Amino acid sequence: MGTFRQIGAVTAMNLSSVPSRIGASSVVVIGIACVVGVVISVFGMTRSLTGTLRDSARPDRAVVLRSGASNETASTLLVDAIATIKDAPGIARTPDGDAAASAEMMIAVSMHRKEDDTMAGVTVRGIEPAAATVRPEVRLVDGRMFRPGLREAIVGRGANGEFKGLGIGDQVALRDSQWTIVGTFESGGDAQESRLLVDESTLLSAYQRTAANSLTALLESEAAFDEFKAALTTNPTLSVSVERETEYYARQSKSINQLLDFVTYFVGGIMALGALFAALNTMYSAVSTRAVEIATLRALGFGSTGVVVSVLAESLLLAAAGAAIGAAVSWLWFGGNTFAMGNGTSSLVVKMQITPALLATGMVWAVTVGFFGGLFPALRAARLPVARALRAV
Amino acid sequence: MRYLPLIWAGLWRKPVRSVLTFLCVLVSFLLFGALHGVSAALGDIVSSMSDTRLRIQSRVNISEPLPFAHLARIERVDGVQGAGYYNFFGGYYQEPSNSFSSGAVDIARMGIMFPEINLAPDVVEKMKRTRDGAVIGEDLAKEYGWKVGDRIPLRSNVWVRKDGAPEWSFEIVGTYTWTNNIPSNELWMNYDYFDEARTFGNGTVTLYFARIADAKRAAAISDEIDRLFANSAFETQTQNERDWIRGRMSQAGDIGFFINAIIAAIMSALLLVTAFTMMQSVRERIPELAVLKTYGFGNGTVVSLVFGEALLICALAAGLGLTVAYFAEPPIYRMIGAGGLRLPWSVIGAGFALAAALAVVSSVLPARRAQTLNIVDALAAR
Repeated sequence: MGTFRQIGAVTAMNLSSVPSRIGASSVVVIGIACVVGVVISVFGMTRSLTGTLRDSARPDRAVVLRSGASNETASTLLVDAIATIKDAPGIARTPDGDAAASAEMMIAVSMHRKEDDTMAGVTVRGIEPAAATVRPEVRLVDGRMFRPGLREAIVGRGANGEFKGLGIGDQVALRDSQWTIVGTFESGGDAQESRLLVDESTLLSAYQRTAANSLTALLESEAAFDEFKAALTTNPTLSVSVERETEYYARQSKSINQLLDFVTYFVGGIMALGALFAALNTMYSAVSTRAVEIATLRALGFGSTGVVVSVLAESLLLAAAGAAIGAAVSWLWFGGNTFAMGNGTSSLVVKMQITPALLATGMVWAVTVGFFGGLFPALRAARLPVARALRAV
Repeated sequence: MRYLPLIWAGLWRKPVRSVLTFLCVLVSFLLFGALHGVSAALGDIVSSMSDTRLRIQSRVNISEPLPFAHLARIERVDGVQGAGYYNFFGGYYQEPSNSFSSGAVDIARMGIMFPEINLAPDVVEKMKRTRDGAVIGEDLAKEYGWKVGDRIPLRSNVWVRKDGAPEWSFEIVGTYTWTNNIPSNELWMNYDYFDEARTFGNGTVTLYFARIADAKRAAAISDEIDRLFANSAFETQTQNERDWIRGRMSQAGDIGFFINAIIAAIMSALLLVTAFTMMQSVRERIPELAVLKTYGFGNGTVVSLVFGEALLICALAAGLGLTVAYFAEPPIYRMIGAGGLRLPWSVIGAGFALAAALAVVSSVLPARRAQTLNIVDALAAR
């Protein structure tokens, strides 16, 4: 029992002396705030990006591409192949009794970003009427649906917010034709919201094409995938590859995820190392400033556990304060912001989410740095030879 | 210089503290080199771009093809000295993660369009004779270990062969480099061969280049080219190369801002750590400095001892940190798709300048204290 009282007393005494060492202590706080800020921001980007892509995909939807094509751009599906695919078993039905499958052509159009007027590509996707069943998450929030046969488009909320000239009533110039935007849709913040949707047959005729890029089908169930895939891949008239939509999106985002993970662990890791050295330095200094005090306590009969705990508590407290600052800054700065990723031919508008899980991750990094930054100085404090420390007076 | 042993001894007075400060500075400069190296290398690419070469793409989007017939009309525009073309291939080797820049071109025109290229005339000749030949950059050759004479199978992210073969196979006939130190990491194939073999898009190209003599006329000539094709099904957008790359880079502007924010955060945290450690170190040694002064060391000498100690630790740590960054950087460049680059010397220069500034700032207060100390008070430890 006495030990706990001792620990409490020594720790309280130590912490109350922190304000007099505020300069040195702020080194730990600021260093850790930087680490936590960076870790939360970069992890936030990665998580929001994968979240957006994950939300876009469902395991009971299948993407059909020409075999050998690694993505939709490279793939072409001719009209008769599309008819054969739609006859395959395992596809769900629309209320009208048709196959719940949408053969889609995609092109890109360069638009000016609202933020800095630079150009970036926005995907324009032709969808078939069955798309309403295939992707029930797409909901009109403003205006009306495009009419088949007319050069009309609906725009996703993300694209609408990120780019100029994508409001209802605006005209978008595709190859030798003007398309009018007649509605805005949302689909739960997924990748679809970064696109324009138009009628597939109108788009095909405008581009004088006879082939779609890909086909997305809603299956009767997740389990129906194997049957669907087997039917298509064993059909000798077809040369296609079939993937679950979840797998397709995971594959598309693999390389960008690797890059972001590298940034997080490389930059975050090195910064954490720097903060650890700074914390060690500060805590060693704190111990050496308090050498006489600690020796006196020890001479009075206080055990070394109390001393160790008091130093560790100080370090952890400073780390927690730093983590709180870093988390608050990154939350205020990035939370809820949208950022656009992409290249010349497609963009993905991502909403930055700073979640409690992310804040917890930041706290774990901070506490780890704080713990090791305090541990070694604490052990030194405990081993301080009492007589020699006191002689220094 | 003769005080160097004294400064050195001062550093080892508290070895743990000196080593930790050293490591702290080292880590910061490693990050500075790695991060600033990225933005500086991108800046170098922008400034290496020509303002006498125009780039003509579809006004709708870069993914929209332009008909081959545009070439003759572009060449006839007043002020245009020559034109070339490029068709995006989107090739990768074995795995999509092994992607690199690749395109179908007329190799003879490339040599004329890009005077800054090192491309031997016999390579051009050999390429003309070898239909399925390819010319590759030396940096790319090094990365994949390819040699002249090798036959390499590539897959494309975009193009499918008419004959249904899943792979495109090319014979490497030669290599090129750039004279202005930008990475040579592209593969070029013969347009004629490529166009004949692909299933769709035949008779079109991704973009045209036009060389002009006078950079001042770039805007006027660009407008004229775009006017040629206005109101056609294949309208164009013409820009000089430098303006184009600037536009591309500013798309990554958020990332640049992010990098600079990290650098600023690290540097200010580092400044604080070093400054506090230095101050504490001097404070503890006030009596020693007083002894030096008693022996007759002048104010200037004592100040320079304090400053020298800061400079020594900063310069050593920055040197080591930047060295590590120098060797760590090439894989990072490869990761962001700019393989073959090296850490620019300007970054190393800026790093050392920053290290000197850090030493000055963190030793100003301690040096002042050392200068104004009263010997009697200091010796009495008052």
